[in-house]
Amino acid sequence: MTPFAYHLARDPADALAALTAPGGNTPLGAASFLAGGTNLLDLMKENVARPMRLVDLNQLALARIEETPAGGLLLGALARNADTAYHPLVRSRYPLLSAAILAGASPQIRNMASNGGNLLQRTRCYYFYDTGTPCNKRSPGSGCAARGGLTRLHAILGASEHCIATHPSDMCVALAALEAVVHLRSARGERQLAFADFHRLPGDTPQHDNTMAADELITHIELPPARYAAHSAYLKLRDRASYAFALVSVAAALALDEGGRIVSARLALGGVAHKPWRQPEAEAVLAGKPPEAAHFAAAAAVLLAGARGESVNDFKIPMARRAIVRALEVAAAGTPGPACGEEER
Amino acid sequence: MNDLIQDLQSPVADAGTGFVRVGMPVSRVDGRAKVTGEARYAAEHPAHDLAYGVVVGSTIARGSIAGFRLREALAVPGVVEIITHENRPRMRSFDLFYKDMTAPAGAPFRPLYDGEIHFSGQPVALVVAETFEAARYAASLVAVDYLPQQHETNLMAHLARSHKPKPLKAGFSPPPDERGDAEAALLAAPVRIEAEYYSGVEHHNPLELFASTVIRGEDGHLTIYDKTQSSQNSRWYVSRVFGLGKDKVTVRNPYVGGAFGSGLRPQYQLPLAVMAALQLRRSVRVVLTRQQMFSLGHRPETLQRIKLGADHDGRLRAIVHEAVAETSRYEDYVEVVVNWSGQLYACDNVKLLYRLVALDQSSPMDMRAPGAAHGVHALEVAMDELAWALRLDPLELRLRNYAEQDQMKGLPFSSKALRDCYEQGARRFGWARRPLAPRSMRAGSELVGWGMATGTWDAMQMFARAGAVLHADGRLVVSSAATDIGTGTYTAMCTLAADALGLRLEQVMFQLGDSTLPVAPIEGGSSHVATVGSAVAGVCEKLRKRLFRMARRLDNSPFAKARFDEVEFAGGGLRLRRQPSVAMSVEEVMAAAGEARLEEKYLMLPKVLKQKQYLRATHSAVFCEVRVDEAFGTVRVTRVVSAVAAGRIISAKTARSQVSGAVVWGISQALHEETHADHRLGRFMNHNLAEYHVTVNADVGDIDVIFVDEDDRIVSAIGAKGVGEIGIVGVAAAVCNAIFHATGRRVRSTPMTPEKVMAPEGDVSVSAAL
Repeated sequence: MTPFAYHLARDPADALAALTAPGGNTPLGAASFLAGGTNLLDLMKENVARPMRLVDLNQLALARIEETPAGGLLLGALARNADTAYHPLVRSRYPLLSAAILAGASPQIRNMASNGGNLLQRTRCYYFYDTGTPCNKRSPGSGCAARGGLTRLHAILGASEHCIATHPSDMCVALAALEAVVHLRSARGERQLAFADFHRLPGDTPQHDNTMAADELITHIELPPARYAAHSAYLKLRDRASYAFALVSVAAALALDEGGRIVSARLALGGVAHKPWRQPEAEAVLAGKPPEAAHFAAAAAVLLAGARGESVNDFKIPMARRAIVRALEVAAAGTPGPACGEEER
Repeated sequence: MNDLIQDLQSPVADAGTGFVRVGMPVSRVDGRAKVTGEARYAAEHPAHDLAYGVVVGSTIARGSIAGFRLREALAVPGVVEIITHENRPRMRSFDLFYKDMTAPAGAPFRPLYDGEIHFSGQPVALVVAETFEAARYAASLVAVDYLPQQHETNLMAHLARSHKPKPLKAGFSPPPDERGDAEAALLAAPVRIEAEYYSGVEHHNPLELFASTVIRGEDGHLTIYDKTQSSQNSRWYVSRVFGLGKDKVTVRNPYVGGAFGSGLRPQYQLPLAVMAALQLRRSVRVVLTRQQMFSLGHRPETLQRIKLGADHDGRLRAIVHEAVAETSRYEDYVEVVVNWSGQLYACDNVKLLYRLVALDQSSPMDMRAPGAAHGVHALEVAMDELAWALRLDPLELRLRNYAEQDQMKGLPFSSKALRDCYEQGARRFGWARRPLAPRSMRAGSELVGWGMATGTWDAMQMFARAGAVLHADGRLVVSSAATDIGTGTYTAMCTLAADALGLRLEQVMFQLGDSTLPVAPIEGGSSHVATVGSAVAGVCEKLRKRLFRMARRLDNSPFAKARFDEVEFAGGGLRLRRQPSVAMSVEEVMAAAGEARLEEKYLMLPKVLKQKQYLRATHSAVFCEVRVDEAFGTVRVTRVVSAVAAGRIISAKTARSQVSGAVVWGISQALHEETHADHRLGRFMNHNLAEYHVTVNADVGDIDVIFVDEDDRIVSAIGAKGVGEIGIVGVAAAVCNAIFHATGRRVRSTPMTPEKVMAPEGDVSVSAAL
């Protein structure tokens, strides 16, 4: 681990000033915000991240969860994942988000991890983590060791020749489906970014996971008014029942009319691409249709159009297709109650 | 000589624990020390003027070191020294000096001996600094130039160059010669199955990281706290590698946070820490990272082929079991993979074959039930395949082929309560209600399956010494250089000694984990209780006799006319069996006789001549229920019943923990654990606990452990056989067989991850009843 300076920020302005203060950006690594630290500290110990200065955000007043005038919910960037998942308004209005968060990591990690940090967690690609191997995301231009290697966890959609990594978050898959909005702040002012535009595909610059500028801070995540509380499901397929990243995950949400037809649908996939994978065309397939397996399969086909495996991970394509259908079926039948052990903290 | 070693941490049961008997469920005497953090592990012992070493590992798998660029690393404030093969202290030059007590045939790896690279992650430098942080940072700045050579790490790509292993390793027996004519009998058999079984690499992941703290005394004496399964093995190794006399080195391991076989051999952090201590003439600590622990050794990747032939009634006509496993290029690591197939069932025609492929890997090493965990797995899956081919209940197939004696050598079993395991396990599980056909049971979107398997392991005994000192106040200190890797050695030995002398458990201290204590074997192979326990029983028997003689000689002794077999030790002293009110406490006897302390020593030698007339083994029957969502290949193990016959159970609670823990690991072996190598790089890639998946709580349903009555005085004087390994054997096979029963699909590769279990395309209804 590289020696680093530490700054405890008083408020957002102070945090932003400390981030961009002289001496922060060096050839070894830029200054970095520290929130829950559940991913950053691991990366520092493995010499993958080598920030020269850590700006600690934990004193900032950004941990609240409150209703918006529009009828949505504003999630503070520093609210812990566990506090968010168990918040009564999140549970009742956005059970999809609650379920997705609780499908991730372990209770200990969820107790520490922040909402803003969840959006910024790095890929779990083995090669990204092992500094003894080339990786374009860790060391731009060095090559991609994953291609042709161990690709069980890797992308089947939207990958490039430079990077086939996946985004590991569960929470972000639900946020994508729920069309959340990310609130950003910098010295230049504030702006809002639709969730679909927040993460990006790797292209030839896989070192960039998202479209945030280097001098920006996530302050809030805004959820639009709830439409899907009654019919949503988060289905995560993984190697073990807890503390494993998704092979494939699906966030499915349906709004049904009184006759039981689908008014609108939202679908996002995790574990398959460099960002939560969503295609409005796939959702459009379902609009106006009855919630039936044939239509679900048609939506899956559109969402997975162009999917391509790296041979080792070819199984993800049928797995994703089946998972989409299953998740939509579960959602149509009514949002499931909390899983065993998730009723209480 | 057997005086208490004062500064060695040894736990004692809580006051008020009271009298105990062998077989009772006694809580761990070391439990409180462990949960309060009072128990110190190898990396936790303080030392004055301690320096910290951090290891730099190679990034290539084969080749040599062209040179180092150390300027940047040496410039880090606090860095004291960077030790490489170019500047290390003197080490012995003959292979013999590097062979620890469990080394296989070959030339053991010598850390920092020369510039040759034998495996990826091999230590190439040790950075020593005043602080751990400085050492770790400087280690990241060490640049190494390599001259790489083409490496070969892929077993499946090099099966063709397998060789017959050199069989020299303690506890290993090569496959016996063929009996009968297996291939001919196979051809003649009306029912045959043949299949290949693959098991991937697994790594030991004890919670405690490998570490050595070398504390240098003013006289140059080295006291080393090492993570090891034998303080005496590590002491012997250090003495021989560095040419240091026995009196110059003491190794201690009073607490070990798991090892599972990875501590059977001294690991490289030990010689590295000693090297630095010798070179710098100060105390040094070296702790490996979790990632570095994936460079120590592993359960070898193994490919097996099994052919079974049977009559229509299920009687086995032929067994052919072949295995090819990987080893390093410098040693022939061997384990017993196939021999079990010649011993578990009655069959007149058996052919067994075991070969190795040398690769550019570190030597594999023993991991819980080495060889049997995957060898018996393959046999037991094959038996399930045969049962289905015969449309016969899998348990009935086992019973029809029950081995009443060992056919390899024509020996009787010293004891074998496997039939009771089958019967009691099946009853507890409800096996009789199992429908024969696969895909018969369903619950919601999941298919339900029931599977079973047999397990077996050796019942071994080594030799050991024990010492004991009984004090006038009734305290008893028993000692032997044994080890407790979390298995319950402290508790079992304290229980044996307290029972023998009729003392309260809290009156007894058992000292282990110091190389200067009386000789004990390495803790491994499930032999520790049978070995050290028998030595403890032996030394306590000498104390009992001496106490009795003292009591009888007292003036007006109530025991004046008693014979030894007419007294019992209970309630804190000795008393007449027929008239328990005639009693004297240990303290009273000692006071009346004017003795401050009684000391005894005992050498326990196995009764080899007697033992050789029997086949000595533990057995188990494992029953398991799984739920499979075949759309996704996800498997949940909802229920396991493990019925174990392992001789007399000395410490019921810790023995049960051993078996239930092993069942968890069996589930892990079945569904989760595999280290993935990138063969282009010759390197294991998922080298951390986030990506190397071990079973977590949420994966484990009910585990029910049954100990079937057995008491085997041939294996050991105390009737015990040992329970460490047996708990895992057969578990993965039971899971595999249950998956078949659920889905009708046979998965012949472990771990059985979702993509191997999920139904093929077009072969599944996703819309299973919700």
